[in-house]
Amino acid sequence: MPKMPKPPVPAALKSPPRRPGETEGQPKTTKEHAAAAGIAVVDWVDERTSLSGPTRWLLFRKVPKGTNWFYTLGSATLFAFLSQAVTGVFLAMWYDPSPTHAYESVRYITNDAFLGEFVRGMHKWGSSVMVILIFLHMGRTFFFGAYKYPRELNWIIGVVLLILTMLMSFTGYLLPFDQRSYWASIVGININGTGPLVGPYLSDFLRAGPEFGATTLSRFYAIHMLLVPGLIIAMIGAHLYLVTKLGTTAPPWLKAEESEELREELV
Amino acid sequence: MADRRQTKSKYTADRNIPGAFDGETVTRRRFMTLTANGAGIVAASAFLLPVVGFALGPQFELHNMHWQDVGVPGDFTKDTYVPKVITIVDGIGEAGKSTAYVRRFDPQLDSQNALPPPYNQFIAVSTRCAHLGCPVHYVEAAERFICPCHGGVYDFRGAVVGGPPVRPLDRFYTRVKDGLVQVGPRYSVNSEFRVFSPRDPGEPLDGIGQYLYPSRPSVRKLPGT
Repeated sequence: MPKMPKPPVPAALKSPPRRPGETEGQPKTTKEHAAAAGIAVVDWVDERTSLSGPTRWLLFRKVPKGTNWFYTLGSATLFAFLSQAVTGVFLAMWYDPSPTHAYESVRYITNDAFLGEFVRGMHKWGSSVMVILIFLHMGRTFFFGAYKYPRELNWIIGVVLLILTMLMSFTGYLLPFDQRSYWASIVGININGTGPLVGPYLSDFLRAGPEFGATTLSRFYAIHMLLVPGLIIAMIGAHLYLVTKLGTTAPPWLKAEESEELREELV
Repeated sequence: MADRRQTKSKYTADRNIPGAFDGETVTRRRFMTLTANGAGIVAASAFLLPVVGFALGPQFELHNMHWQDVGVPGDFTKDTYVPKVITIVDGIGEAGKSTAYVRRFDPQLDSQNALPPPYNQFIAVSTRCAHLGCPVHYVEAAERFICPCHGGVYDFRGAVVGGPPVRPLDRFYTRVKDGLVQVGPRYSVNSEFRVFSPRDPGEPLDGIGQYLYPSRPSVRKLPGT
């Protein structure tokens, strides 16, 4: 039976070596059969995709000494985004982006749909959580100096992700279509319009015309749930690729250890 | 070392490329690469250009606000405003409605850059604040328009007297037709009440403002005004 190479797990989790006279091979107990079946399936996929190498490259990485809880803020942001994506998809099953029905459909989600208030609350409060986590993550990166060479590009991608998240917040704010979201969006669109030369055309683009019209809401909805999420997912992919490729940085208060050999050469 | 480019002939046959035709200047590999890339660009443009046009289309469509009856001439005086709900965009319920404050034209107050007939009998002031578009309301006792969002204040004519707005309140064209006062399309004014094609809030029209914030093809002032 083909065997996958063993992942670098701690010694306590490794299976003990074979005893003398013990033959490897045929599974005997039900548990061993089940394990063999699972391995066979994974092997089948791996033989055809060679994904075990990249998976190990992604998941089993060396991290520097001193890695602490601050390093989890990026993952926390990722999970905040996943929460937004999943709750958003299910909110879309009830939401109706038309100027005459939007408020009523949101009212139905909040007051009548089973767990609707909870899922909508997750999405509403989760958006603020995501923005806060992004800034904390950004602050960690800045104060730990983790944006420096060779990680500048990852900082730039992170800033793009921040801007895309702001765009999500802006377009999502209109969707409940109550007085607050309507007037806040009017003000937001008009702030975009105050940019010299391009401003008037930008606000026309956001509104789909010179006045808040029949397709403004659906335009915001399409940007909010299709255009920007796709861009965010692509950018997160690039962000994670670079994190994996370049590794994480040690905290700035740790000095690099000098090896004895290197010290001899220096002296 | 000799410059290799000088020795290179433009004919593939001279460069000892196997299978070269007589007089051939582009290798078939290069030709194939260009053709495949070109076909890819054409195929991508076939769906990208239409959707870009689709998304930008409304910017070039003229937004026609039709004339709406708001009452008989006797309803309005030149001393105070009467609020009238008008429809800016049809078919979207409350979101498409707005309020206009209407009064009779006052030759003493409104002679500066006044509109030509038939638009000079009534004044209809838009409630859209010239700062960022919040709805202003008229306070009778103070003879001021007040914006609730950021504290913009306008005088009886709609000119800015305080707060962040960058130009007077927009106005709507008015006319009298079949004995009824009608309110029509929007226009913007600068601090001297000169008429401009409608601008969005926050866009000044004094000095170089009208060039920094150009008018758009989707909303125009009426010809001859």
